[in-house]
Amino acid sequence: MTAAPEAIERESRLRATQRFLVDNPVVVLIGILVLLFVLTDLVNRNEAGEPFVTWNQLSTTFLVAAPLGMIAAGQTLVMLTGGVDLSVAFTATAAAFATSWQGGDGTVQGIAAGLAVGLGIGLANGIGVGVFRVNPLIMTLGTSSITFGLLSIYAGRSFEKVIPDLVSTLGSDRFFDYLPANLILWAALAAVLILGLRYTGYGRMLYAVGDNEVAARLAGVRVWQVLVAVYALCGLFSAIGGLLLVGFTNNPDLGLASPYLLQSVAAVVIGGTSIFGGWGSYSGTIVGVLILTVLGSLLTLLDAAEWQRQVIYGSIIIVLTAIYARVSGSE
Amino acid sequence: MSTASAAPTLEFRGAAPWRRAIRQHGWTIAVWLILIAMVPYWRSLSQQDFKFDIQALAIDALPLCFAAMAQAVIVISGGIDLSIGSLMGVINVLSAREMVDMGFRQAIAFSFLVLLLAVLASGFTGLIITLTRIPDIVVTLGMLFVWQGVALWIMEIPGGGVPLQYSDLAIGDVGSTGIPNAAVAVFAALLIVWVPLRWLRPGLALYAVGSNRNSAYLSGINVARTRVGAYMLAGVFTGLGGLALSASSAIGDPNSGATYTLNSVAAVVLGGVSLLGGVGGLIGVIAAAYVLTLSKIILLLRGTDPNYANVYQGALIILVVVIGGLLTRKTRS
Repeated sequence: MTAAPEAIERESRLRATQRFLVDNPVVVLIGILVLLFVLTDLVNRNEAGEPFVTWNQLSTTFLVAAPLGMIAAGQTLVMLTGGVDLSVAFTATAAAFATSWQGGDGTVQGIAAGLAVGLGIGLANGIGVGVFRVNPLIMTLGTSSITFGLLSIYAGRSFEKVIPDLVSTLGSDRFFDYLPANLILWAALAAVLILGLRYTGYGRMLYAVGDNEVAARLAGVRVWQVLVAVYALCGLFSAIGGLLLVGFTNNPDLGLASPYLLQSVAAVVIGGTSIFGGWGSYSGTIVGVLILTVLGSLLTLLDAAEWQRQVIYGSIIIVLTAIYARVSGSE
Repeated sequence: MSTASAAPTLEFRGAAPWRRAIRQHGWTIAVWLILIAMVPYWRSLSQQDFKFDIQALAIDALPLCFAAMAQAVIVISGGIDLSIGSLMGVINVLSAREMVDMGFRQAIAFSFLVLLLAVLASGFTGLIITLTRIPDIVVTLGMLFVWQGVALWIMEIPGGGVPLQYSDLAIGDVGSTGIPNAAVAVFAALLIVWVPLRWLRPGLALYAVGSNRNSAYLSGINVARTRVGAYMLAGVFTGLGGLALSASSAIGDPNSGATYTLNSVAAVVLGGVSLLGGVGGLIGVIAAAYVLTLSKIILLLRGTDPNYANVYQGALIILVVVIGGLLTRKTRS
């Protein structure tokens, strides 16, 4: 009781700030993102003699980040229920192939084929996890393996690859020089997701199932339906990501989306969504995606070898999860 | 594990010991029977000498057997390790890079050093998991990429090699009796490393921690030490798997281990080890590794597109887990 009142007040204010930051990891993450931008800018000024933070580079960052943003959106939903989807990368690739395969018959048909493939794989995952209670890890690894097998068979056959113009425009064009087309789609879907998770019954059920499945079931939630829908949505988002990717590269190949599997999990984890489910948000994931993208540019600038990238990405996942566990554990 | 305390009741019911053995080891026995049942069909497709075929199967399955044994130990302890395949890749490139100019004895000595490294590397993963309390899957997913990076760092493109005699350890046979060295190696590892531990304190602790961490803690088991121990034990098998890759292929390839993570999980599930932990053993898992390899060989013999092997394998894994899940649900109710 010897402490001066100001000291106590200062301490309580400190604690309040700490609690605010723990409850809103997005604020901290945006800080990290800004720091990364500044760091990359400094490195670029040093190496190439020009600034990195320009309107053009900012717009490129969003353009490159959007496909990952889509795939990570699906991953966020799945991880909120306490699962994980390891089939996102090949789902995205399969959707890209389906679109370029049907693209010759018309834009609508091409896009519909891609989305249908994503939805189909997602539904299969959802039925396995939700109805047959297969461990999500096994189920999605299994469908991933099946998808990859079928893909490598059909990709080997020659067919005319036509990317519909709309897909190319969405994937690589910019309006008014600086506004990437895919950012418009991303922003729209992100708004739907964030608001949907927060305000709709289905969104709340998703958190409930992730937090405590038994309690959710006893409260009358049809858990299997929630799970089937969540994996189907994840498949759909992965497919959209795949379409944006193929619109960007204009050339579907088997390794199109492979790097995005780890990155999608990393983005979600960096964004503060708990791997146990029931806690997290898509807004965190968005910042996670941007952090990974800027980090990627920084590593490219620094001329990092592939092995260094792998080690850094792997370490980031572990270190950040450890920090989150420590911080939320002390709460 | 509750059956042990219920032994007198079982006796009262008049259950014969063999019946109990079948109930306890039914899954393991079933997997071995599946393996045996596959043999006649395999033989009817193959044009080769039986001895030659057995040899080919044993060599083909060798790395998977070790990967599956490593995965089984961790899954029994209640975890899962997604980094087994990439750590095998590290061991593979490291040994192939160093052994290329070595004599046989030197290579053997170096193998022990590499095994020690694998134990330490895997133990390090276990240590991170127990110290930070992050779930196994996140840490090992991170380590999957770390080890993949390390493998690329050690060797960017396939290369290196092993002494001829060393490679003979995997692809030869025991004094030209026709018994493949590769099969002997698997069962020797089982007998020397696993069996003594299984029936002693550490093995019991492993199963106890896997079936219920809290009860294990309350019965005085050091849970953290047991879990790190499980990862170190798995490191022995992972190291052997990496060396098996080097010996059987006589080359180092940074991507060589990529398929073994998924396949080891498949073998573990097919081999009767519950993903919830605490149930199953390594003998069934070895049979499962042979079944998976043999099904691949049979598909190739039938002239199926090798890419379909991925499809069938994925479908098989899901099917096995679904059936296993339905069976356990039935016995519970």
